[in-house]
Order: sequence, then structure tokens, then C-alpha cells
Amino acid sequence: MLPHRVRTLTLLVWAWRRLTTMRTAVVLLILLSLTAIPGSLLPQRNVASNPFAVTAFFNDHPRLAPVLDRLGLFDVYASSWFAAVYLLLMVSMTGCVLPRCVALWRDMRSPTPPAPARLAELAGGRRIEMPVPVPEAIAAVSLRMREQGLKPRTHGNELRAERGRVRELGNVAFHLSLLVLLVGVALGKLTGYEGRVVVMEDTTFTNTVSQYDEFTPSVWTDIDGIAPVSVSLDRFDATFETAGQARGEPRSFEAMVRWSVAGGEERRRVIRPNQPLDVGETKFFLTGHGYAPRITVRDGTGQTVYSGATVFYPSDSTFASDGVVKVPDARPGQLAFQGLFLPTAVRGSNGVPLSEFPAPVNPRLLLTAWTGDLGLDDGEAQNVGFLDTSGLTRVGDAATSRQTLAVGESVVLPDGLGRVTFDGYDRFVNFQVAYDPGKEISLVAGLMLLLGLIVSLVVPRRRVWAHVERGGPDGSASVVTMGGRAMSRRLSDVDRVVRDVDRLAASLPGVSHPNTRADRDQPLKEKV
Amino acid sequence: MDASTYALASDRLVLFSIAVFALAMLALAVARATRPADVGVPVGVVVEATVAARTSAGVALAERGRSSLSERTGTNLLVLGLVLTIAAATTRGLAAGRTPWANMYEFTLVGSIALVLSFLVLSRHQRTQPVRAVGVWVAAAAALFLGLGLTVLYVPAAGLIPVLDSAWLVIHVAAAIVAGGLFTVGAATTVLQLIRLRQERSPGPVRGASAARLERAAQSIYTVAFPIWTFAVLAGAIWAENSWGRYWGWDPKETWAFITWVCYAAYLHAQATAGWRGRRASWLALAGYAAFWFNFVGVNLWVGGLHSYSGV
Repeated sequence: MLPHRVRTLTLLVWAWRRLTTMRTAVVLLILLSLTAIPGSLLPQRNVASNPFAVTAFFNDHPRLAPVLDRLGLFDVYASSWFAAVYLLLMVSMTGCVLPRCVALWRDMRSPTPPAPARLAELAGGRRIEMPVPVPEAIAAVSLRMREQGLKPRTHGNELRAERGRVRELGNVAFHLSLLVLLVGVALGKLTGYEGRVVVMEDTTFTNTVSQYDEFTPSVWTDIDGIAPVSVSLDRFDATFETAGQARGEPRSFEAMVRWSVAGGEERRRVIRPNQPLDVGETKFFLTGHGYAPRITVRDGTGQTVYSGATVFYPSDSTFASDGVVKVPDARPGQLAFQGLFLPTAVRGSNGVPLSEFPAPVNPRLLLTAWTGDLGLDDGEAQNVGFLDTSGLTRVGDAATSRQTLAVGESVVLPDGLGRVTFDGYDRFVNFQVAYDPGKEISLVAGLMLLLGLIVSLVVPRRRVWAHVERGGPDGSASVVTMGGRAMSRRLSDVDRVVRDVDRLAASLPGVSHPNTRADRDQPLKEKV
Repeated sequence: MDASTYALASDRLVLFSIAVFALAMLALAVARATRPADVGVPVGVVVEATVAARTSAGVALAERGRSSLSERTGTNLLVLGLVLTIAAATTRGLAAGRTPWANMYEFTLVGSIALVLSFLVLSRHQRTQPVRAVGVWVAAAAALFLGLGLTVLYVPAAGLIPVLDSAWLVIHVAAAIVAGGLFTVGAATTVLQLIRLRQERSPGPVRGASAARLERAAQSIYTVAFPIWTFAVLAGAIWAENSWGRYWGWDPKETWAFITWVCYAAYLHAQATAGWRGRRASWLALAGYAAFWFNFVGVNLWVGGLHSYSGV
């Protein structure tokens, strides 16, 4: 019986050999494609374009969702089982490719080996009777080989030629590029960050964590070291299709900004979709926009207790937008407003006002006022965009509670509660800010991958041999035996070799006898 | 001419192309049904004769002899249909004032061009010449795509939404469409290869190209299509970085592009693996093609995500 350590070692060697075979790679590739599927069909955290998709799924499937969640099915691409598949694949690939790198290094510097014993049975194998003596036949074959880009070396009466050695280099580059890509992705995921922020016209955003509406750092993000950029939004313009079936579809978004780094020189830029502001490695993307109505509230005592613009969030493509204004300083009672902003207000078929076009053609602000204790004094955190009306009283009766205002109009609230004016509106934009220091590495990996792939697929590596012997009774003729071998295991490469040998044979004078039993339909059996 | 005239012309041209592709399908079906038993000139095997006849001209001669009147008619109709669809896409682009591949309807239009053009080029190329056997399916698919495009996916010609307004739209989508055309011809060839394999296992003569020849032809096609698909995915990643701030985000469209890529990568590896070569590898290529289609139909219509620009 073998000692324990030796057995373990044998087992490890066996496992390593199995893992690094091509068969394992194929199985792992199939597994990888299968494990990627659920993440595209189920909502994913930090992936979906709709951040509430997972919560919505939990509400719709209260019994199924926790089970799926435990299996990691809402975080497929961050799950341990998905990582297990691609890491195993990477290890398998590396184990397969590293020995090939060594072989490539040796191979690149070694000459083409001698012709195999039964040359005529190789791909394109044949005999050609040439009406010239041996030395001239060798010279002719060598010349024709050279013309075809094969670089023949003469060894006695044998010609050995090879083409496409760069193929294996491409193959190795392709596989190693995947490791480089892994480094690039990991660097971005470990040290980058991304954030989202709403910026109104005539306001400035300074790139610090506290200014973000949402900030997602990575494990090793240097939070104090993020780029000290300031971006001021001067104006936002949008144009929309005005006619036809696509009426109301956006046609252009432009955010006119001034930006500077750490109090340095201020510059102007227009940020558009696909044209982010790029400051060093930090990029500012324009991902959305909306309206921020400006209102002024005077309370029952005549004091101006609120004046300014409030972000209203668009609820559909016509930019009908909802917002809440809370006025805790109003006296005699605290005030709050539920607002609906309609950029192009029309009366719908059932009398309900709605927006008919996303641009501000006929802007109206619909306000419902509430009074009572807003509950802001106890210091509990509240959602600014949400009004809990449970402890509040609606101002006015059901028929008059909602007031429609045009720009410049005011409404006096009953019971001496005050007066509210719709002063106008600003626009706001959503900026997505991204910092990914790994993206250049990933780009290099991508280019290496593509280049390596093209070389390894397009360049066939093949060897062609020709053996010249004396022919005819007096030695005035010669017999050339030739054949080739595809140095890959792909079927279509065998055809290329056959074509090469065909062309070579066709360019030589003499009578050709193709070997009908030549290796045509079988790919190379040996391991390359 | 103004935009609406171009738009109308484009729609009419698509109708004409559907008719022409349907006729091409009929002609090629007749050609398939009436073809003589396979003379089977395997690539590279040439008539033992003098030097001149031994070249590719010899092969071409042998091949030309096999091309029947109905096959020539079918091929010519395919060329005519191709010209008509190119004209339809051009006028569509003029009507919309942009590149004519920005919604699902336009993908079917340009996709049909890519499909028929791929087929015509491949059937003239020596190594992929056995694809001529799937010409009838190519014509049928082109007519079907355009028909579904006009009836189900049609949207009037219009401008671009800002997020699509980028040079990467031209590059990324064009590469995906070209790869799609090649994948389609490849998949048809692979299906025929699998049918042939089954036929060859039962005794009796088999008409048409052998399974082995079809397999090689399909492999050559995938070998070209795979780098183009890779490029399409990489170009998409670069565009995504420039548009959304990340080059890869596992958006459903990205995920299925990845699955497609992995399936074809598995196919190429399987082709070099004993025990997987042949039938099993072919199923992997077909799985890749299914993933490609799910990405176009399923993700656009049912799954959604950031790439929901289908316009349907």
C-alpha cells in the first residue's frame, strides 16, 4: 500500500490532468452558458435597469422569492456558484495554455521535422512524374513552394516547408487575454465607484460622497481621494419629435455645464448622451432629466415661509411629474403640497388633466394642500418625495382641494392658511458618475482577445513535404512525392492543406497521380 | 424626393423583395428535388488529367455542369431580391435621415440582406460551396423575416432617440447583423449535416453533399462568424462604457450575447476534442444560434432591460 502522501499527490496530479483537458473545458463552457441564463430572466440586484425589480418580485411571489434568494438567484453574477464555474474554467484554461506557451517557445525556434514515412498518405498526398533530373526538380519544387509563401528548407532530396507558425501565438494570446480581462474587471470592481446625483439648473455639484443621492463604493475605494470636480448646470435643453407616430420621442438632450477641478480654471462643456464629461478617470454621464417647479408659499401671517424649486420625478414619457413640498414653518398650521406638473397640459377624455407632450408648451401645476402636524419635528428621517397624509387634513373640500395653476398664478388657501404662487419651473438632470480604473486594462485585454482570436482562426498552420527521387531508366526524370499536414485539429484546416498541395502540384510540370486513399476526411489524430 | 416618398418606396421595395425571395425559394426547391444523384466532387480531388485541367478551373467546370436551370434561376432571383432589399434599406435610411438599423423592423430588413449576401458569397467560395444545398432555406428565411418584419415589427421611419445617436450604433449593430447572417447560413448547414448523418447511417444511396463536407463548410462559416460576433460584443462594451459608464453590466441583452459567444466558443473547442467532434459539437453550434435568436426576439419583446429600443 502506498504511503498516504503519495496517494494524495497522485490524486492531485490526476485531478489536475483531468481539469486541464479540452473535454473539461468544453463541459465548463456549457456550464457557464447555462448558469448565466437565470440572471437574465430573474430580476437582479445592482444589475437591472429598474432598481425596484427585485422588491417587486418579492411582493408578487412572497413564498418563492426567499427560496430563490437563498440560492443566490437575485445575485447570479456575484454568486459563489457562478464564480466557481468561471474560476474553474480560468484555472483549466491556464493549466492548458501555460504548457503550450513553453511548447510555443521551443517550437518557434526549432526547424520543421523530417517528412513522415508514408508521405503520399497525408493530406493532398500524390506522386508527380517530372521530366527533369533530380536537382532541377528540387529547384523547381523549392521555387514553387517559395511562391506560395511556404518557406522550404532542403535536406538532401527532401524539402520541408511550414506556414502559419504565428497561429499558435494568436491562440495563446487569445487565452491569456482572458486572464488580463479578469485583472481589469477585478481592479474596477475593487477600487472603482459609481454614484447618482440630481443637479438643478443654476446649482453646482461638488464631487464628494455627501453630495450624492446614491453612492456605491467598492471594497477598496479611496473615498477621500475621489476627484475634486465641481460641475455647475447652467441650462438643460431637450428637443422632441413634433409630428408623426413618433411624436414626443426625444431627439436631443443637452446639459450646458461649467466644470473645474479643485478650484482651478473653469471650463464650459455640453454633456449629451454618449458624450460624457471625462475628467481624468472620472466620467459624468447624462442619464435623465425632469422639471423642478418653483413655488412661493406665504403663510397665514403673511410671512414667506417657502420659496424655491423642488424636483418632481417624471412618471411617464409625457413627463407628467410628481412631487411633494413640505412647509413646516407655516403658521397657523404646517402646510404640505402634493403636486403634479404637466409640461403640456390638456384635459383628457374623462375630464382628467394630463400631459400630452414632454416639452413645456402649456405648463400647469396641480396642487393639493394638506395641513396638520407633518411629523418633521421629532427628527425621524423622512422620504422627501413622499407625503404621509394619515395625520393631515386636506385643505378645501373634494371639489376644490386640487388647484390648477399657470406660471405666475396664485391661489389663496381657505381658513386663512396662506397663499401659494407658481413662479415658474427649472429643469434638472440626473448625472451618473463612474470611476473605473480597470477599464483601460480591460480594453487592452479585449483588443488582445480579438487579435489573438482572428490570428488563431484565420491562419492555418500547416506543413508540406516533398521528397524527390530519381525516375526513368536514365535518370533524366524524377518522381516527386508530396503531402501536407494541418497542424490543428480543425477539419476545415485540412482542406486548406489539400488546397495548398493541389496548387503546388498544379504549378509543376509533369503527370500527377493523386493518392485516392490520402487523408482527406480525417482530421489530425495526434495531439498537437 | 421628400422623406415620406422615400419611406413609401422602402415599404414597397420590401414587398417586392418578399415576392422575389418566395419565387427564389420555389426555384431552389425545384432544383433540390430534381437534382441528379451526387456526383460528389470532394474538394481537392481532381480529375487525373493534364496540368491545366487539374486546377480550380477543373473543379469549377465540374461544378458548373451540376448547376441546373432551376438552380441558376433561383440564384439569380436571390441576387435580384438582394438588390431590392439593399434599395429598401437605403431608401429607409434616406427617409429616416440616419443609418437604417435602429429598431427591430430594420434589423429584419438589414438582417435579410446580411443573410442572402452571406449565402451568395459562401456558395461561391470553394471551401464553403456545399452551402448551396441550403439555398432554399435561405430564400425561405429571408422571405419570412421580411414578412414578419412588415406585419409584426413594423414602425414608421423616424429619427433616433439620443442614447442611440452614436457612431457605435453603426459599428456595433452592423457587426452583430453580419455575424447573424453568417450564423444563419451556418445553422442551416449544420441542421442539414445532422439530417445527412442520420440518412448516412441507414443503408442506401444518399443524394447531395455528404455530412462530412457539410460539417467542414459549417465550420468554415463559424470560424469567420465567431470573430465578427466577438467584435460586435466588444464594440458594444465600448459603447456601453461611453453611454452608461460601465462596459459590462449583465443587462439581459449583454448576458445573451455572452451566452451566444460561450456556446460558439464551446463549439470551436468541441470540434478539436475527441468524442465531441461531429454530432455533439454541431448541437453546441445550434445552441449558440438559439441563444442568438432569443437575444433578438425574447430579450427585446419579453425580458426588457437597457437595450429595449425595439420600437414595437
